[in-house]
Amino acid sequence: MNPILQIENLNKHFTLHEQGVQIPSCCGVNLTATTGELTALVGPTGAGKSSVLKCVYRTYLPSSGSMLFTQADGTAIDLSNASESEMLHLRERDIGFVTQFLHCLPRKAAVDIVAAPLVRQGESIVNARDKARELLNTLNVPERLWNVPPATFSGGEKQRVNLARGLIAKPRLLLLDEPTASLDPHTTDRVVDLLNSIKQQGVAMLAIFHHPALVDRLADQVVELAMARHTLELHA
Amino acid sequence: MKPILSVQGLSKIHGRGCSKCIETTGPEQETNICSWCGAVVAAHNVSFELHPGEILGIMGESGSGKSTVVKTLFFDEEPTSGSAQFVEYDHVWNLFELNAAQRRWLRNHRFGMVYQNPHLGLNFNVSAGGNIAERLLMSDLVNYKAIRERALDLLARTEVLADRIDDSPKKFSGGMQQRVQIAKALATQPPLLFLDEVTTGLDLSVQARILDLILEIQQELKTAMVVVTHDLGVIRLLTSRAMVMKYGRVIETGLTDQILEDPQHAYTQRLVASAL
Repeated sequence: MNPILQIENLNKHFTLHEQGVQIPSCCGVNLTATTGELTALVGPTGAGKSSVLKCVYRTYLPSSGSMLFTQADGTAIDLSNASESEMLHLRERDIGFVTQFLHCLPRKAAVDIVAAPLVRQGESIVNARDKARELLNTLNVPERLWNVPPATFSGGEKQRVNLARGLIAKPRLLLLDEPTASLDPHTTDRVVDLLNSIKQQGVAMLAIFHHPALVDRLADQVVELAMARHTLELHA
Repeated sequence: MKPILSVQGLSKIHGRGCSKCIETTGPEQETNICSWCGAVVAAHNVSFELHPGEILGIMGESGSGKSTVVKTLFFDEEPTSGSAQFVEYDHVWNLFELNAAQRRWLRNHRFGMVYQNPHLGLNFNVSAGGNIAERLLMSDLVNYKAIRERALDLLARTEVLADRIDDSPKKFSGGMQQRVQIAKALATQPPLLFLDEVTTGLDLSVQARILDLILEIQQELKTAMVVVTHDLGVIRLLTSRAMVMKYGRVIETGLTDQILEDPQHAYTQRLVASAL
């Protein structure tokens, strides 16, 4: 199997100018994500698991290290210094991210939020909505909610909309940050089945799970992160 | 993909200027007024690229030079130095080397601008429909019936009641004036649109509808936009990339979510931390 993402010695720290401190997050991370496999990130709170995902998606700027990503045409690109427009292009086509909480445009119906990634890829709105409904159904989102904006949804319902949006376009690499955190056991089982089937379709995943049981059920590879160093005082 | 707009080293100095203007101004000096000659450095060395269909945000407080950038690109102001290219169908327009007629042509046909102040974008002496007709006439549509149909269509699109097509924008609410301005700017279906603080000063519910409208337009027509605003909410909602300006300088650029979640510059960190 081919590694789609190779992270070497990734470090991330935050320099807070106002407070004059440097806060370490993940440090010295090495891992690979492989087509059709799930790599789980484990470690104590504060070890920087989410930061690794955010660095890959470039919501965070990595402080050092390399993140080689193999593009659809076989060429490699280092995500740590890819240009903004390269990153936007990759986000549209290749790299998906299901964050811990649903962030979406307000005033938009759930079905349209889920359909949006497909529409951006050029799918017609009618087809995209059909696929969105199918996925919402698979994830047990009650049909009466489909045409309503998710602002008033429960935590679990929002999370399922979030998952559906992340899975619909079948990115080549999917980043998952506690995708089942607020789901009941029954829906969690459905998510596990769905993730397994997507894995079989050749999607590489890099994931953080709250429950160790889920790591056992889904992970092909486990990477443990160590606790980061202490906060540094900066001397101006 | 090739950028539709590229800007290199754009500068605008109000006043004669001197050799000390640049070193005595900027974020480190915390001023944009030259301490030697009193000239105002509104913008200095601004460079960026904009791709077709992309929305770029320029954020910063008042006086940071963000409006100056779009005003020079829309030919409202003459830059002091710098260059900019608008590219369409492999034709390259060097914006600051064009003559007045060529500039007018681009403004009327290929660019659109929506100002914070509707008085700048609309003629208050003619009707809402007349405002749109004006722009269509300038872009060579001359058949009365076709113009009127187009105007009605655009006003419907921007949710201005058809009954009011013959009213002066004077009689409109602020939100409606802004929608007529957007309809006018869109009349020629420009591939490039500049939006200068378009929602500032409007009610929240009106703001929301205007922002929704802008997003719909972007998705439907794939219009590239430069959005100038001090409102982080607008930046978050509309843009995919953002540029932060202070005292006429660009101090930080990045993907919008990165600027908001992992700002690098001390000023951006303060700005993001002070958002409500």
